Order: sequence, then C-alpha cells, then structure tokens
Amino acid sequence: MNSALVSPANHAVAQSASVMDVGDGFLLPVLLKIAFVLGLFFVVPLVGGYMEHKVMGRMQHRRGPVEAGPFGSLQLVADGIKFIQKEDTIPRAADKWVFAAAPGVALVPAMLIFLVLPFGPGVFAVDLELGLLYALAITSVSVLGVLMGGWASANKFSLFGGLRAGAQLIAYELPLIIVAITVAVQAGTLSLVGIVEAQSTFMLAGTDINLWYVFPQFVGFGIFFVAAMAELSRPPFDMPIGDSELVFGYMTEYSGIKFAMFLLTEYGGMITMSALMVVLYLGGWQLLPGVPLPGCDGAGGLFDCGFLGTVLGVAVTMGKILALVFVMVWARVAYPRLREDQLQRISWLVLVPLSLLNLAVVTVFKVVF
Amino acid sequence: MTGLDVVFVLVALFTAGAAVLTVTSKNLVHAALSLAATLAGTAGVFLVLHADFLALVQLVVNVGAVAVLFLFGLMLTRAPIGREALDSQNRGLGLAVAGGLFVLLSGLIIAAFGTTTVEQVTGASIEVIGIAIFADWVLPFELLSMLLLAALIGAIMLARRETGESGEEAMVTRIDVGDTPTTEGGVRAELENTTPAGQLGAGGDR
Repeated sequence: MNSALVSPANHAVAQSASVMDVGDGFLLPVLLKIAFVLGLFFVVPLVGGYMEHKVMGRMQHRRGPVEAGPFGSLQLVADGIKFIQKEDTIPRAADKWVFAAAPGVALVPAMLIFLVLPFGPGVFAVDLELGLLYALAITSVSVLGVLMGGWASANKFSLFGGLRAGAQLIAYELPLIIVAITVAVQAGTLSLVGIVEAQSTFMLAGTDINLWYVFPQFVGFGIFFVAAMAELSRPPFDMPIGDSELVFGYMTEYSGIKFAMFLLTEYGGMITMSALMVVLYLGGWQLLPGVPLPGCDGAGGLFDCGFLGTVLGVAVTMGKILALVFVMVWARVAYPRLREDQLQRISWLVLVPLSLLNLAVVTVFKVVF
Repeated sequence: MTGLDVVFVLVALFTAGAAVLTVTSKNLVHAALSLAATLAGTAGVFLVLHADFLALVQLVVNVGAVAVLFLFGLMLTRAPIGREALDSQNRGLGLAVAGGLFVLLSGLIIAAFGTTTVEQVTGASIEVIGIAIFADWVLPFELLSMLLLAALIGAIMLARRETGESGEEAMVTRIDVGDTPTTEGGVRAELENTTPAGQLGAGGDR
C-alpha cells in the first residue's frame, strides 16, 4: 500500500495501485499475481460449494452435508476424493480430443476473470482500463467448452444439452451485457476499480446522500442477477442439464476429474458473477453507502487503508459475495425449473426490452442531472 | 529480436496453424472449432499490438458470438455426431477466392502503409476510440449497423419462408408449434385437408 494512489474525481486516468505491486522488479509481482489469482480461484469457489452443500442440506432437510465432519466441512473433501478416484471414461464413439479439451475450454475463462476482480482496497491482480469489457468478453468464451462437450460426447442427450446451453447463453448474454454497459455509462469508466470509486462519489441528485448503483438501477440489478443465474445454467435455469429429460445434458458422459472441472466452472462462475454484482451495484468494499472503511484516507476512503482496513475491506467484499451466492442457492431450492420456451421468452421478450429501457432512462438522467 | 517479437511470432504461428487446420479439416465441427481458435488468435495478435479494445471486441463478437452461433447452427442442422466426416469438396474454388482476396488486401495495405514506420506501439485509450467512433465516424458506423440490421431481417425472412422445397413438412411443423393455420383457399388449405389428423397430432407433445 505504500505506492500512494492519487485518484482524482475523473477516474478516466485512474490506474490504481494494487497490494500486489511490490518493488520494481518484473518477475516477483507477476509471480505474486499468478499465485494470487490461482489461490483465489481454487479457494473461493470451494467456499461457495461448501455453502451450497450446507444451505441445500438445511433447506431440503438432508442431514448428510451438514453432519459430515466438523460443521459439514468434510463433505466437500469427500466429494473431491470421490471425483479423483473415479475412472476417467471416454465413450468409444466420442471425438477424443474435443471431448478432453472441452472442460478446459470452459474452465480457463472462468479462471481468467479473477484477474480483474477487486476483492478489497488494492486487493486485485490488475486494474485494466477495460476491466468490465474484459470480464464480459472472457465469460462469453466459456460457451465454446459447453458446446464442444455436448457435441463430442456422441450422445443425443449431450448434444441436446449443448444446444440448449448454447441457445440459453446467447439469449441471456445480451441483457447481461446491456445492463453492465448501463453501469459503465453511469460511472463513466470501464475499470472495475474505477466503478467502485465512482459509486463512492455518486450522490442523489441535489443532495449529498451517497448512493450505490443498486438504488438508481434496481431494475438493472434484477436483470443482471437473473441473467447471471441463467448464464451459469443454475436452477431454475438449468434446462441444459435438465435431469428429468436429458440425464445430465452436456455433462452426461463426463466422469471423474473432467466432471469436477465442469462443476468447478459453475462454482467459479457463481463467485465471479456475484463479485461483478458487488462491484457494479453494491459499492465494492464499502461498508454502507457513504460509510468508508475505518482507517482509509485515499480517494473517498477507498484506498491506503493500512493492514486492518484492507483485511476488513476483503471481509466486507467476501461477505457481500457470499450473501449473493446464498440467494442463488436459495433460488435453486425454492423454484422449479423453467420450460425451454418460457426461458427463451423471458430473455427476448422481457429482459432485453427492459434492459434497453433501463439504459435509455439512465442515460437521460445522467445527461440531465 | 525483442520479447515482444517472440510473443508476436508465437501468437501468429498459432493463428496461422489454426487457420490452416480450418480449411484442411475434413470434419465440419473441427473446422468450426479451428475457426474459433483462429479468431481467438487474431485477438491475441491485436493484444500484442496494444489494441486492447479491438482484441476484447474480437473476443466477444467473433469468438463468443459468431463462432458459437456457427457451431450452434452446425449442431442443429447437419453436424454428424462424434467422429464422422462431412466435406463439401469445394477446395479449388475456396483457394481461388482466398488467394485473390489475399493478393488484393495485402497489395492495398502495402500501397497504403508500406513506407510508414512506427517507433513505439501504444494503444489508444477507450475514451479516444469512443469519441472517434461516435463523433468523427458516426455516419459510417450507423451505416454499418443498418447493413447488419438488413442482413438480420433478410435472414429472418429466409428462415420464415412459407413455401419452400419442403413445403408440406414445414406446414406440419407449424401446426405442431401451435400456430393457427390459415383456412383460406389455395394449395396450403388443400394440403391441410388431406393431411390425416393423426399425423398432425404426432409429436405435438414434445
């Protein structure tokens, strides 16, 4: 935190300093960043998975996941061991290379998004000027892995699962990108750190009440949340893997570690989508609207927080992320699966027009006030 | 040779290799996947040349949307599942068109920028790009989007065409998805009357 961040109100030039930037060397910061991103990727989704096990266990009165080990923490370990010792089967008719590559093509983009996500004051690997666009662009590549897996399995259920996934991801990507762009318009920057910064100085027109973007853009937040769940094929949007008709969709033929990679993609996606929502709408690492972290004295109390402030900031961000993950799990338990036509209808006839309207209204307000 | 050159050569080799695979592959889906790799490689080339915005747009539009739609269409219509091959036997024509385009484009680029040297490659900021597109070049930009819109409407018209090579099949499908078929005169009404009721109901429960 020693490299002082001077971030003026115009965040177009803000290239914030990260805690990862130690010294002037090239190799050490880069290695640190790689370790940081990999560590995040392999730890945080596991926390999400642990939470899903426990929450679903409680909500569905299935005691197993709650009882295994202290606080149910060994359930995930047991799952991991099970996945590793399973035989790695490849169907004889399958296209071996494409089949083997598909989980990787799905997993790597999910991993790469962690590069730009800010988890606290200065706690991020890089602050790209185009951070938001980067996150959205990388997300859109994951579909390829799903389509590859669905086709290469040489199985009609898998193929249908892949097709449904492709159609669903294309349909819901559109409203997702439009509402994300709306936030960028309001903030005047595409940098994720810049958006958090812009929220700390965003005031209700004519007053000095600080607001997060979730208040003026609650419609956008709702659309983002629904579209994010659909992008991740999470129930109630899990038509691609609808087990009552397609066995397990594009994952039907996968077993062992490759199946685990698809699962990890989903949990990683839950975390990254939630983290994006926290950054775009929920003020990042701010405690409450207008309440900066204690001990921070950078721009708007967002940077230079000292050790305690930084740790607290990470805790606040993680708390918000896990709260959103909890709601996703809750929705999974509470709602039945949508039919394919309902699913497409919601996106094209409701979410896309609403998100365009949201963009228009926000743009007009931005110019007028 | 600097580190940048090394990276550029590696990315370019990857892209060229994927492009060659795209046109030589006997399997249609493999060709489409190689095309996706080629497009991603092009994004990599842009990235090495400090055109970050272009690279990301290339990724989101061409890899995330175009290549995915390509694969989607292939799987929906004619892709053989698994390892079977499908080949249109159009290599000669394709080579002629691609060769002609290559000569034309490289000639144009060399004629226009052949003598220009760039000392230091720096990327323009997103702000500069935005102002350039929406202030200086807004008319061509809007014209392009009109072109895309026209292509879109044309594609929908083609897809919704009522009489085609498989007119009878199309009509049965229409009834299956719940459209109210027209009862006015003409060939279609006759076809409707002659289609047994059991055939119409078949598949209605999917």
